[in-house]
Amino acid sequence: MAFIYLDHQSNTPLHPRVKEAMIHHIETVFGNPSSDHQVGQPAAQALDRARSQAAALINANPPEVVFTSGGTESVNQAIKGVAIGLREKGRHIITSNIEHKSVLNSLRTLRLLDYRVTSLDVDSHGLVDPGAVEKAITPETILISVMLANNEIGTIEPIAEIAQIAKKHKIVMHTDAVAAVGNIPVDVQELGVNLLSLAANQFYGPSGVGALYIRKGTPVWPLLDGGTQENKRRAGTENLIGIVGLGMAAEIAQAAIPERAVRLRALKERLEQGLKAGVPEIHINGHPTHNLPHLLSVSVEYIEGESLMLMLDDEGIVVATRSACASGSLRASHVLIGTGMDFATAQGTLVFTLGEDNTAADIDRVLEVMPGIVQTLRDMSPIYKKSAS
Amino acid sequence: MAYSEIVLDHFKNPRNVGEIVNADGLGEVGNPVCGDMMSVYIKVDGDRIADIKFKTFGCGAAIAVSSMITELAKGKTLDEAMKIKNSDVAKALGGLPPNKLHCSNLGADALHAAIKNYLDRKSGKVMAKEEGEPHHAQKGEACYCPYCEKKVEEESPFCIFCGAEIPHEHDH
Repeated sequence: MAFIYLDHQSNTPLHPRVKEAMIHHIETVFGNPSSDHQVGQPAAQALDRARSQAAALINANPPEVVFTSGGTESVNQAIKGVAIGLREKGRHIITSNIEHKSVLNSLRTLRLLDYRVTSLDVDSHGLVDPGAVEKAITPETILISVMLANNEIGTIEPIAEIAQIAKKHKIVMHTDAVAAVGNIPVDVQELGVNLLSLAANQFYGPSGVGALYIRKGTPVWPLLDGGTQENKRRAGTENLIGIVGLGMAAEIAQAAIPERAVRLRALKERLEQGLKAGVPEIHINGHPTHNLPHLLSVSVEYIEGESLMLMLDDEGIVVATRSACASGSLRASHVLIGTGMDFATAQGTLVFTLGEDNTAADIDRVLEVMPGIVQTLRDMSPIYKKSAS
Repeated sequence: MAYSEIVLDHFKNPRNVGEIVNADGLGEVGNPVCGDMMSVYIKVDGDRIADIKFKTFGCGAAIAVSSMITELAKGKTLDEAMKIKNSDVAKALGGLPPNKLHCSNLGADALHAAIKNYLDRKSGKVMAKEEGEPHHAQKGEACYCPYCEKKVEEESPFCIFCGAEIPHEHDH
C-alpha cells in the first residue's frame, strides 16, 4: 500500500545499507565478543567497529560509548546510574517540565527512593532558562538532566550553556538527545555534557538498540548487573546484530545530515506555510528558530487530534497526534501544557516528522487534504460554532 | 489500530451529524479539556424520539459512539432510550479498545441528558437547554491510592504502600 510517512519520530525505516550490514553480520558472525577464540574475535571486531562509528557521530572517544537496548534504557541508565553512584554526595536532581517520559518516570522511581527533584518551567517556546537552572542548584544537587531537542515540539535547548553551569558547580550533566542525534549535528565536546542518550531508530537504524555516551570519569553505577561487558557499565551479551545496525546507521547519518537537514527544513517550511495559508486558526508549536529541521508540531483549534490523525491515515497520510485520548494516559501532553497552551487546544495537536524519502509532492498532498478534513471535523464539533459565534 | 470495522465505519461515515433547530431536548456532556465533549439533540413525537442529531469533539471512538447512539435511539420510546446502556453501545460497535471504553460512557450519558432535558422542559423545570455535568472533573496534580489513600506517584502501576494495583483513572 502506498502511503506518505510523516511519523519518522515513532520509527524511521531501516536504511537499505543498514539492513545489508545487519544481514551480512548474521550470515558471517555468530560468536560472543567476550570470547578470545577464533569464533569470538570477529564478533569483537564488529563490536569495536560499531563503537567507533557511533562515537564518530557524536565526536566521542569510542571507549566512552556504551550500547543499550534503546533510548529509554540509556536515559534510565544515565539518571539512575548517577543517582546510585553519587548517593552519598547528595540526592537532588534538576530537570525540566517537558522531558520525555523515560526521564520523568526514572525520576518518579528516584522520588520513591527519597531523592528530591526540581522540575523547571519552560517558556512558551519550550525553552529552559539556564539562569533558572543555576538558581535551582543546591549543595545536594548531583545531576542536571535536560533534553537536547524536544520530541513533541522540536525546540532545541541551550544545552552547552546549561552544561557550563553544571561544570562550574561540579554537577553531572545528562542530555536526552534521542530526538536530536542523527537529525542535527551533535558534538559532545561542544555540548560539554557528561552523559548523552541516543537511539538508532531515530536515524534509520533498527529499534531496540541505542547508546549512552559516558564521559570518562563520570560516576555511573550500572543498571544491569552481571559480567564485564561494555567496560563494566552494561552487563549481558551484546545485541550485536542491532549494534552493527546502529553503527552503520551512525556512519550514514554523519555523512547525510548536512544535506538532509537543509532539504527537510525546506520541506517543513513548505508544510508550515501551506498549513498557515490553508487552515485557519492553527498554532505552530515550538521555538521559531531553535528547532529540529524535520519536526513540525501544529495545534488545530476546535478538534481533537486522534480523529484528525485517523482521517489523514484514511487518506494515506501517516502522522502522530499528541491528544490525550491517543496517549494511553488520557492526559493532555505535558509538553504542550508546559508551554502554557490550554488543554482544549493541546488536544488538537499533530506532529509531522519528515524523513529522507519525503518529497515536495508528499507535502503538497497533505496541504491538499488537510483543509477539507479539518472542516469536516470542525463541522462535527460542538465547540466550533460556539467559539465562532 | 485496535478499532473494529464497525467503529471505523461509523467514524468515517458518521450518521446523524448536526444540530436540530428548535430541538425538544439537548444533552451536553464532557468537555474538551478532558479530551471529549458531546452534544445530543432530540426531537420528540408523542413518547418517541422522532429525530436525533449529535455534535462531538473527540477521538475516533467518541465520534463512532456518538453516531451509534443516535442510530440505537432513533425511533425508540423515551423509556426504551433511557435503558440503552454504555455497554450496549460498545457491543453494537463490535467492542472498543479498553482504554477507549470511557468514550462509550459519553454516548449514553449524552442521550440520557437530552431526554432528561426534554422531560424537565415539559414539566416546566427548565426553560431551554441545561448544561450537563462535566463528564470528567478536573483532578488536581496529585494521585492517591484508592485503597490506602496515601499519595502515590503519577501513573504508578501499583501502590508502594499497600501493594494494591492502581486502576487506570479513566477505566470505568
